[in-house]
Amino acid sequence: MNNPYLPWEAEVVERVQESDSIFTLRLRLTDPEARNHYRFVPGQFNMVYLYGVGEVAISIVSDPESEALLDHTIRAVGRVTHGLAKLQAGERVGIRGPFGRGWPMPLAEGRDVFIVTGGLGCAPVVGVINYVLARRTRFGRVCIVQGVKHAEDMIWRERYAEWSAHPDVQVLLAAEHGGVLWPWHVGLATELFDQAVIEPSRTIVMMCGPEGMMRAAARGLMQRGIAPEEIYLSMERNMQCGVGHCGHCQFGGSFICRNGPVYRYSEVRELLGVKGF
Amino acid sequence: MTEPPFLFLPRECFQALLATLAGQGFHCKGPQLHDGSIVYAELAEASQLPRGVRDRQAPGEYRIETGADARCFAWANGAQGLKPYLFAPQEVLWQAERHADHTQFHETLPQARPIAFIGARACDLAALALQDAHFLQQDYVDPYYARRRENLFIVAVDCSHPAATCFCASTGDGPAASAGYDIALAELEEGYVARAGSARGQGVLEQLALDPASAAQQDSATRQHQQAVSAQTRRLPSRNLHDVLFAQLEHPRWEEVAERCLSCGNCTSVCPTCFCHHELEQPQLDGTRSDHVREWDSCFTQGHSYIHGIVVRSETKFRYRQWLTHKLGSWHEQYGRSGCVGCGRCLTWCPVGIDLTEEVAAICGDANE
Repeated sequence: MNNPYLPWEAEVVERVQESDSIFTLRLRLTDPEARNHYRFVPGQFNMVYLYGVGEVAISIVSDPESEALLDHTIRAVGRVTHGLAKLQAGERVGIRGPFGRGWPMPLAEGRDVFIVTGGLGCAPVVGVINYVLARRTRFGRVCIVQGVKHAEDMIWRERYAEWSAHPDVQVLLAAEHGGVLWPWHVGLATELFDQAVIEPSRTIVMMCGPEGMMRAAARGLMQRGIAPEEIYLSMERNMQCGVGHCGHCQFGGSFICRNGPVYRYSEVRELLGVKGF
Repeated sequence: MTEPPFLFLPRECFQALLATLAGQGFHCKGPQLHDGSIVYAELAEASQLPRGVRDRQAPGEYRIETGADARCFAWANGAQGLKPYLFAPQEVLWQAERHADHTQFHETLPQARPIAFIGARACDLAALALQDAHFLQQDYVDPYYARRRENLFIVAVDCSHPAATCFCASTGDGPAASAGYDIALAELEEGYVARAGSARGQGVLEQLALDPASAAQQDSATRQHQQAVSAQTRRLPSRNLHDVLFAQLEHPRWEEVAERCLSCGNCTSVCPTCFCHHELEQPQLDGTRSDHVREWDSCFTQGHSYIHGIVVRSETKFRYRQWLTHKLGSWHEQYGRSGCVGCGRCLTWCPVGIDLTEEVAAICGDANE
């Protein structure tokens, strides 16, 4: 019987420091057979295991069609992620996955892709942005709206500059607390929607970040004519098994690890941002 | 197909039932009186059964009384039923072995040890069906649970003496076993009216060469069942409470119950349907091996809703609300029915005696009559 709890061994091929607390582990499954069978879509995640410490759910940000490596961008915040931060190239971890439902990339083809992210470098949508920009002609306009609380929370400034250099890509940035070196909007990300070129009938929305922000963004976009079924978002909760058994990620009747983490807004709107769920 | 016949198992032949099961390779587990409580443990002899024992249960209270009569199943339930035998309270899922240049992972599936579980209650069988749905019938099969489940033989005993905390009649799950057993027994003064629920159970009963139960014995069993139904005073509304509970998320009762609730997790530990578990690591001191363990968890703990430095359910009112809206609401979305089977354990084993049926009545506005 296939055991969904058992990890495969993976090697850290490269470790990239993205900011003070954020780093990317580029992993390769060591078993060639497992490597050949491994398939994922953007928005899915792996359970990454650190020897003697435990597992943590991490989104896969690399390209699903590249032969290369499985990239995991991680913020050191808890016990496992602080330990993962200390890994160097050549060291071994375990991975199980991919788990969950990813972004609806086939539905997005030929359409305008509107991305809203908040908080600290939202890994689940970075995978989408990379995916779309690597296949630029298959998608319409791309708009990326990113909001942070403090200007210094903004990582990957160069990457935003690089993204906005692509044809028909609009990047809009906001910080609630700007500061002297913040050239962009001071305030909420949702206040930037008026600067975005939105054609509701052509647009699909993908969001990740704090639930309050996603709720406000969904409302703002619906006011601008986007149907709730065209708004997708990625949810986060404590995940330990990844297969809908351990119960930690339950959100109402949904197991986020198995039924999500990507949902249509209409599937989660009732409890989104409700304290205690 | 005709209904399987009702047979009569004289009290003195109970040992023959155990011997037959043992002869087929089963390790029998059955109820016994231990430290003032009914527990299920290795059962080699019928004499180990809790003869003459009654349980008196109330919210926050469990007491055993012993009498002189011959009945062995004249009590409702103890803190645990079937659940720990399938969904282990703690088990190693796999081991990571560290070598100089690589790490190996070994799965540690449990030994397949066939168990015959004697004295399962209807509420526990209903709970078993829900645990099966959770661990075996979704996108992923849990191989640890599956390994224990595939060899399980169940001898159910209809509940003749429900406790004051029981409300299985209102949830539709008892007091008589209706499905999910190999053999079911109804205990009378002089013995048991037996019926088979599977071909395996039929085979065991045939080996015992029992006489058919008399009409009078069958009548007694029926009457006893009716008494067990009418003896239950607590109840849950039988309708789907999902919408009414989620419409009452700001009801003042959540605050009120949180002032009494200790957030100790006793209710979830004794609940036969609760499935939450967490995973933890037990590294060996020599640094060569680490055991990846899972153990029962509770939505009443701080860690249950922890995510990157935040606790989603920081307050007790959120935890109690999560538990109740899940148990009686979200379960309908997940498994097509409520997650409560009316066993009443969460009332009995709650150290402050919080009564689920009373909380539901207060929040949903239905009288608990």
